[in-house]
Amino acid sequence: MRVALRSSATSRSRKITRIPPLSLKKAPSGIAGLDELTSGGLPRGRTTLVCGSAGCGKTLFATEFLVRGAVEHGEPGVFMSFEETEEELAANVVSLGFDLRQMVERKQLAIDHVRVERNEIEETGAFDLEGLFVRLRLAIDSVGAKRVALDTIESLFSSLPNPAILRSELRRLFRWLKEQGMTTVITGEQGAGTFTRQGLEEYISDCVIFLDHRVNDQISTRRLRVVKYRGTTHGSNEYPFLIDETGISVLPITSLRLDREASSERVSTGIERLDEMLGGGYFKGTTILCSGSAGTGKTSIAAHLARATCAKGKRCLYFAFEESAAQLLRNMGSIGIDLGRYTANGSLDLVASRPYVQGLEMHLLSIHKAVNQREPALVVIDPISNLVGAGSQLGSNSMLTRLLDFLKTRGITTLFTSLTEGGAGTEQTAVGISSLIDTWLMLDVVRGGGERNRTLDIIKSRGMAHSNQTTEYKISDQGVLLLDTYLGPSGVLTGSARLAREAADQAQVALQEEEIARRQALRGIRRNAFDGRLATLQGEFSVEDAELERDIQERIRQRDGAPAARDAMARSRHAFARAPDAGNGKHNGKHKEKGHRT
Amino acid sequence: MIGPAMARRKKARATKVGPVPNPMWELRLYIAGRTAKAMAALSNLQRICDERLAGKYRIEVIDLLRNPALGRGDQILAIPTLVRKLPSPMKKIIGDLSNAQRVLVGLDLKEL
Repeated sequence: MRVALRSSATSRSRKITRIPPLSLKKAPSGIAGLDELTSGGLPRGRTTLVCGSAGCGKTLFATEFLVRGAVEHGEPGVFMSFEETEEELAANVVSLGFDLRQMVERKQLAIDHVRVERNEIEETGAFDLEGLFVRLRLAIDSVGAKRVALDTIESLFSSLPNPAILRSELRRLFRWLKEQGMTTVITGEQGAGTFTRQGLEEYISDCVIFLDHRVNDQISTRRLRVVKYRGTTHGSNEYPFLIDETGISVLPITSLRLDREASSERVSTGIERLDEMLGGGYFKGTTILCSGSAGTGKTSIAAHLARATCAKGKRCLYFAFEESAAQLLRNMGSIGIDLGRYTANGSLDLVASRPYVQGLEMHLLSIHKAVNQREPALVVIDPISNLVGAGSQLGSNSMLTRLLDFLKTRGITTLFTSLTEGGAGTEQTAVGISSLIDTWLMLDVVRGGGERNRTLDIIKSRGMAHSNQTTEYKISDQGVLLLDTYLGPSGVLTGSARLAREAADQAQVALQEEEIARRQALRGIRRNAFDGRLATLQGEFSVEDAELERDIQERIRQRDGAPAARDAMARSRHAFARAPDAGNGKHNGKHKEKGHRT
Repeated sequence: MIGPAMARRKKARATKVGPVPNPMWELRLYIAGRTAKAMAALSNLQRICDERLAGKYRIEVIDLLRNPALGRGDQILAIPTLVRKLPSPMKKIIGDLSNAQRVLVGLDLKEL
């Protein structure tokens, strides 16, 4: 084993000379979110120090590491506890759904409670900790362990004399654990100015994780920091973590890179005219901000989107930080948005809580967890401005960025509402996240003529053609209705001014119609007059025409009658009468025949 | 320093009643392999017992390398550890027992 260690040490130094590095093997930590943070987990076969003040979650960390390692990753573990008994440990993780006793029976876990009372012990000369080694070895062999947790080994210092010997023995212990290839978690109490009281961090060179439990403005926040992790890249920031009924979860930062895919699929806003203004709706997986002062209808617009999403059979997760679920359902029902049926069929989850119950980080973490559990298509946070009030301004931006990135990576459409303070610039948000927003609807109130009227602007909408029209809307019993736009001399007309304009327009239209009707009547009269005259003329013409026809016929008869008479006269006189056009015998013959017959 | 002080207090209480009534001493020495420390501890122990407890004691040597499971019962961490099983209360003395004075204090044998 020693030879192997040395070779890995030399390969580490070779890294500097650009020879491909030996990749560090990782063991999944079993802590939700930590593996993303450390790109894979804790260093396999090495020792990790988890340190922090009392009550920061060290023991839970160690327990989850072992329990989840055994159950989920098939790596049996040894828990050597210097503080809590087997019973206490078992009770601690019952709520996580793990039965330690059963695990011990199944040889997934060995628990050894080491109890040393200081006042029972007299030191009389040189000693070592071989007894501890023997016990650890026994426990490891009994289950074929791959993981070891020592919680809290530092308590040895208070129960055994001679710190110098303890130090060298602990150093030997850590080395030995490494040689055995055990992935080890050692917990240590935070000391003044050091990570641990006894400076254990000096001996553990592979990975040190610091847990912090801080109270700011009466709101407590737990934070985790990877202080060092040799041979791997890791986030060096502080990350908030949550301890709840499912154990520890760290808010991971899976997507601080901007390499997510962009969908061109549209999501209906639930308001027909708003869809038109956006050219078809929001993009799927984008972030929508709906900002406005009090009573502008932010929640209503959010509810429209929620209903439209649920109506398509998709899931929606709605976080309400102002109203209780029942109140929200009632209020939205009163404007014709029935969300109750979607909460009933499970497609809509309403999560209502007060922002000040916990810090911002914790809220975001719970959002994170809920999203992981429910896998919704839409997340509504109503309003985000209240949440920010629950955290420090400094931290909230980065926290929100992380949340937004997380939601975007999952392709989840997100709608935030944000309350803007009266008097402040309406195009500012208290949150300062506007640059992260893809589509920003600003709701405003126009005051004048003794009334307040609501208007909607699309401040921006990335990647789509969108209307630049300020549009008035009203909240009716059919929900949000976008109204026709009337432009007056000083901008868009709203409220009564719009109504007056509408009335004027209607009067104008009526007038126009009257005029048209009048002109059409006149045209009829003209046409009738013309037709009359035309009939007279036609009558006169037909009379004349008939007369002329008669005349023509008379004349033709007369012309044709003359030669026949002459022939008859000639016959009676027996004289030879020659027709005036004698060349035409046929003609003559015809007339002759005719003449004979008559 | 608390340990010896408390031991002295207990001792003072015991001597007021009279000499230790139980003549039988049961001592258990935990070792892990026949190391130099273990051998030193054993010979030191034998010498002290012969001097102070001649004929009244029994020493049991437990080698944890042979019987690793036995270490748990008496919560053994340090090696060598001497456990006074009888007379009660149980006492633990760690180290190679080279400091005879401290061994006597630890075993409640030291006269004040």
